[in-house]
Amino acid sequence: MKQVKRFLRRLVPLAFWLGVWVVCYHLVDHDVLLASPVSVAERFVFVGEAAFWNTVGMTLLRTGLAYLLGVALGCVLAVVCHLSSLVDEIIRPAMRVIRSTPVASFIILALVWLSSGNVPILAGMLMVLPVVFANVREGIASTDRNLLEMAKMFRFSHLKTWRHVYWPSVMPNLIAASEACVGLCFKATIAAEVIGTPKNAIGTQLYNAKIYLENDVLLAWTIVVILLSTALEWLLRRLFRGLKERRLRRVRHA
Amino acid sequence: MSVTLENVSKRFEERQVISHLSLTLPDSGAVCFFGPSGCGKTTLLRLICGLDTPDIGAIQRSPGLRFACHFQEDRLLPWYTVEENLALTMPEKDIPQGLRDIGLHDIAGLYPDELSGGMRRRVSLLRALKHPSDVLVLDEPLRELDEDTANKMLELIRKNIGDRLLILVTHDVTQAEKLGCEVLRFPLGQ
Repeated sequence: MKQVKRFLRRLVPLAFWLGVWVVCYHLVDHDVLLASPVSVAERFVFVGEAAFWNTVGMTLLRTGLAYLLGVALGCVLAVVCHLSSLVDEIIRPAMRVIRSTPVASFIILALVWLSSGNVPILAGMLMVLPVVFANVREGIASTDRNLLEMAKMFRFSHLKTWRHVYWPSVMPNLIAASEACVGLCFKATIAAEVIGTPKNAIGTQLYNAKIYLENDVLLAWTIVVILLSTALEWLLRRLFRGLKERRLRRVRHA
Repeated sequence: MSVTLENVSKRFEERQVISHLSLTLPDSGAVCFFGPSGCGKTTLLRLICGLDTPDIGAIQRSPGLRFACHFQEDRLLPWYTVEENLALTMPEKDIPQGLRDIGLHDIAGLYPDELSGGMRRRVSLLRALKHPSDVLVLDEPLRELDEDTANKMLELIRKNIGDRLLILVTHDVTQAEKLGCEVLRFPLGQ
């Protein structure tokens, strides 16, 4: 009974916003400006086509690559910056620039140098990189000095110190950054696809829908993006939950 | 294998903690730094171990001198179990016997936050005692331990000194006497 109640409670906001959509549709009364929920639902027949899965798969692949590159590069740069103050002084302003520059600027600049299929990877990566860098850098800097002294006194090698002292200290920061970035990365990748219009891309589908004034297609793909984004975030949360439970419970006493 | 301090001074902001101290520590045996809180015992210990540098003066350590430390805080890695912590600094095969020696045979799988303060101190002490070293540094190792446990730990320390130099920091001079330490009363050389 409780579960049914909870399910119904979750349906309430959905029903409310669907109602708002229907009211707006009738007020606007023009399919080109705002498609009806029914016509958008009808567009979802594309889920049965191979081309749909090819498009979704390629966009997810680009997002995955961008995400992994961003996380890996962010971690590496944070470590290097911790080890060298000179590198730190060079990299920090670059990270600030990346953070405050509109992603569209990077996309347009990158289109000159890269193929339209690779630009979304770069755009997604640039969303992840500064966030992971800042968080990991912060995690390294706030590693317990007492534990580092212990490692020094017991003659831990550099590798052993990084593995057993720094890495577990940094993990909570890295997990938090990685969780926060996945949605950003997905949206930036799609934005770059809209501008670069590569083959097999959700962004290209959105762009085509806009060009051909297919409002129902545009909304159908937008719903696909929302569902995928939610699924990605859910998946990563579950993936990180195990790590969090194992490590973070201990870290709180550090 | 020894440590020599030459005219060493150390100040923290306005407070002169160590002033023009010259001292040569023996290669082996036992030395105790004894004195009230805040008189600079731990600062001197940190200087000897190389965790701090003096403002004035020089500290010479024999090349390759190895330290094993029991700090005032337990400094166990909170993300590892007791066994995992100990395995980082001592042979794994010695851990079960080591834990029996400190009267905590059944805590190998527990994390530091699941132990009492006294238990953590004993694990930290075991880590220092069993780590291969030339100098064994124990900063108030028996703090927060009841008398019976403290006596057992004193006996364990005595058995494990070997041919190392023991540097003990304590408020309780009877502990130093039980370990046969040469007692250096603070403040030194001021």
